[in-house]
Amino acid sequence: MSAIVDAEHGGSSAGPPQAGPHPLGGSTNVFVGRGAVTFRVNPKYVPLVATISLFLLMATLGSVFYTGFFAPQVFLNLFIDNAFLIITAVGMTFVILAGGIDLSVGSVIALTTMVSASLVQRHGWSPFAVIPLVLLMGTSFGAFMGFLIERFRLQPFIVTLAGMFMARGLCYLISIDSIDITNPVYSVISQARIPVWSSAEETASISVGALIAIAVLLAAIFIAHCTAFGRAVYAVGGSEHSAMLMGLPVRRTVIGVYTLSGFCSALAGVVFTFYMLSGYGLHAVGLELDAIAAVVIGGTLLTGGVGYVFGTLFGVLMLGIIQTLISFDGTLSSWWTRIVVGALLFVFCLLQRVFAARRGKPS
Amino acid sequence: MLDRFTNAMKHRLAWPVITLVLLLAVNAAFNADFLHIEWRGGHLYGSLIDILNRAAPLMLVSLGMTLVIATRGIDISVGAVVAIAAALAAWMIGGALVVVDGVATHVTRFPMPLALIAAVAVAALCGLWNGMLVARVGMQPIIATLILMVAGRGIAQLITNGQIITIYYGPYFFLGSGYLLGLPFSLFIVAAVFIALYLAITRSALGLFIQSVGINPEASRVAGIQARAIIVGVYAFCGACAGVAGLLISSNVKSADGNNAGQLIELDAILAVTLGGTLLTGGRFSLVGSMIGALIIQTLTYAIYSLGVPPEINLVVKAVVVFAVMLMQSAEFRDSIRALVHKPARGEVRA
Repeated sequence: MSAIVDAEHGGSSAGPPQAGPHPLGGSTNVFVGRGAVTFRVNPKYVPLVATISLFLLMATLGSVFYTGFFAPQVFLNLFIDNAFLIITAVGMTFVILAGGIDLSVGSVIALTTMVSASLVQRHGWSPFAVIPLVLLMGTSFGAFMGFLIERFRLQPFIVTLAGMFMARGLCYLISIDSIDITNPVYSVISQARIPVWSSAEETASISVGALIAIAVLLAAIFIAHCTAFGRAVYAVGGSEHSAMLMGLPVRRTVIGVYTLSGFCSALAGVVFTFYMLSGYGLHAVGLELDAIAAVVIGGTLLTGGVGYVFGTLFGVLMLGIIQTLISFDGTLSSWWTRIVVGALLFVFCLLQRVFAARRGKPS
Repeated sequence: MLDRFTNAMKHRLAWPVITLVLLLAVNAAFNADFLHIEWRGGHLYGSLIDILNRAAPLMLVSLGMTLVIATRGIDISVGAVVAIAAALAAWMIGGALVVVDGVATHVTRFPMPLALIAAVAVAALCGLWNGMLVARVGMQPIIATLILMVAGRGIAQLITNGQIITIYYGPYFFLGSGYLLGLPFSLFIVAAVFIALYLAITRSALGLFIQSVGINPEASRVAGIQARAIIVGVYAFCGACAGVAGLLISSNVKSADGNNAGQLIELDAILAVTLGGTLLTGGRFSLVGSMIGALIIQTLTYAIYSLGVPPEINLVVKAVVVFAVMLMQSAEFRDSIRALVHKPARGEVRA
């Protein structure tokens, strides 16, 4: 039952909240400014709406309390500084939607930076050969884990954990130290800024990495909501058994999401290489936690089957804006970021439980 | 004779023990002094003793993790809890150099027993929090503990104020690097926890309850077992174990680092439990197996160092071990191997 409904949900767009009661009954009233105008928000959008509202609230608070916060460049910096996280979290969204988890993403990023740096700097390869190669590497790594999970009925948590060990270990096999990249192609791409906004007093620009992230995001929204694969992902996450009975290609879908996540991690690794201009085995330590947190805060249910790629973007932006707020404040120490993210994670998980309970969906 | 051998091989601890013995043999083959233990400086001294002492925190965490995994759960916050306990103990003990009557002595901020109790109590509270989220709120264990895993290191850094606290108070070092009756003191702590737990599990129905909760929580609830209380209990116990491990670690390195204390110990502990033959799907568990699993990991690390292989390869080796163990545990994998081996004989199609 839930799989069918969720599969249908997958077909709808991730646009703004739509009015109208939910087919499952029970809708929530949310007051949105302007006096007593009441929008009836479909319950499945409530986590998404909550995330976006909270993001806007934090942006507003930041603008009120800190001078210079309300600037296009500050907003765009969220994309520039979190480009790799957006890409990783998009891949993670598909995995979680399908009811799995991928802990290897951070170390795949590290491995990508390491292989790129090593091949470009130490072996004199052309970046145009290296980048496709590392993308292929990450993709096949993901596919391999997906294969193990699907074929041998192994737990995603453990398989991707082993994958995490493996990828980090391989980094250290290449080099223990950080390798700086001085290749001109990388430096040019790293420093390139594409202006998106210019007025008399200020110009705002965006990096290549951020553009890639936005492209990935748009592509992912298309894949999730307009393709057979996307619908299958939602169906498998809702109930693998029902998906199987419906004749959906469950096996291909499960392997597919891990492959996609591997590809996204590798691409995030490429963007990370542009961002850091170095390869290092300790890059992106703990990034998998940030990615999972972003997905959860973005409103995706960890039990699978419910959620939006678009929400994940706001999950990442939320993590970004917390960091920005803390750095603007200046008196708060960096570790508050982790505590606040943990607290947010808690609130959103709790919210999810409440909705799951209301929908009567067992988990 | 052969019969007894095959029976012994069927024992669930056979593989972990064989792995450990093999690893020890490899170590002994490459390092002649490996098995040598001598009396030096008033205590036993040797590679084996060193392995035991270093494995102590992991053994403790693995004990707690075994119970959590037996209830179908998982606790990935233990590393963060280790950091919190270490940070709290280090902060409470501190140790300032004070000159009393012309003698330089280190004094603590709080009495040491109080600091130890507080650290373990806070760690148990962390576990209790995890348990409440899992049992009461109904979150998936991995997510419930993820929250503390993310926030925990932040809290630990909050306690240490972002610094690495160095401990100067002498008596505290006894925990992690002192010797009692010639053996590392940490071993006595591990032994005490293990024996207490083992008795509780074998002499009361607790072990049975934990197993039944892991096999089928709903059925055990219907059968009158307080599944929720048991789940909360095992998480709290796991937290307390991580807390004691945190004390041992910080005492051994004489400092507390909110960022790096107990880094990746959750993964090692899960690996130890898996190596020890406890299935991640819950149900049957083996405390002895987890102990052996922890020793395997520590011996493996030792072997990698002593063989002169770059220590970084450690992670790759661990990954290969995890993959191998996982595949061995997978019924599908065993079936397909069996099908490969017996292909001509069977001749039937696999479902």
